[in-house]
Amino acid sequence: MAVRVQSEPFDLGAEANAFAAAQGGGMGAIVTFTGVVRDVAGGLDAMEIEHYPGMTERALEQIEAQARDRWGLGDVLILHRYGRMRADEMIMMVATSSRHRKDAFEAAEFLMDYLKSRAPFWKKEYTAEGAGWVAARDEDEDALNRW
Amino acid sequence: MIDVLYFAWVRERIGTPRETVETQAATVAELVDELRAREERYQAAFADLSALRVAVDQDLTDFDAPLSGAREVAFFPPMTGG
Repeated sequence: MAVRVQSEPFDLGAEANAFAAAQGGGMGAIVTFTGVVRDVAGGLDAMEIEHYPGMTERALEQIEAQARDRWGLGDVLILHRYGRMRADEMIMMVATSSRHRKDAFEAAEFLMDYLKSRAPFWKKEYTAEGAGWVAARDEDEDALNRW
Repeated sequence: MIDVLYFAWVRERIGTPRETVETQAATVAELVDELRAREERYQAAFADLSALRVAVDQDLTDFDAPLSGAREVAFFPPMTGG
């Protein structure tokens, strides 16, 4: 069980391998998801992610606890960066393990849906035209209703 | 005394990330009214409460939430993580 909030880049391969190596017996499925900075309109100089230290970790731990209540999970990793990053840099990852793949896949999707709109992160995009906060999307809020 | 925190564009509009406020407000909404009465920059930040979210002691809540015993209130726009 781990929630990590950090500004430094992470090594996806190393994280995934370490997660896999730490599993006990019987975990037949490991799912990982990685979020990457998108240059949606073209010309993105940087993306800056602000967060609420303290509440961020607390919110992520609550989201993890909800996932563990709903699915039979071995382990969970939620890693999310803050600070300034460029297009194509990795922002965050989740990893889940379970005996069979359905639990690990569904829990990973649940974690993603919830951390998008229930964990206190805010994205700001910097382009040649200026800077602007990314607006929350109704679809992200709607996505919570399916759980 | 209560610590009031602002994030993202709310922080930018108000011009500070955090301040300590002397207040008798019983609810978040009453605190918002007190802040609005202070200066124009607060009115600008709190113009549309439907565009804002609030956390009391680091738990998401709503504007009707009581403030008794609260140490920290944070205002911010809808979150955009992931």
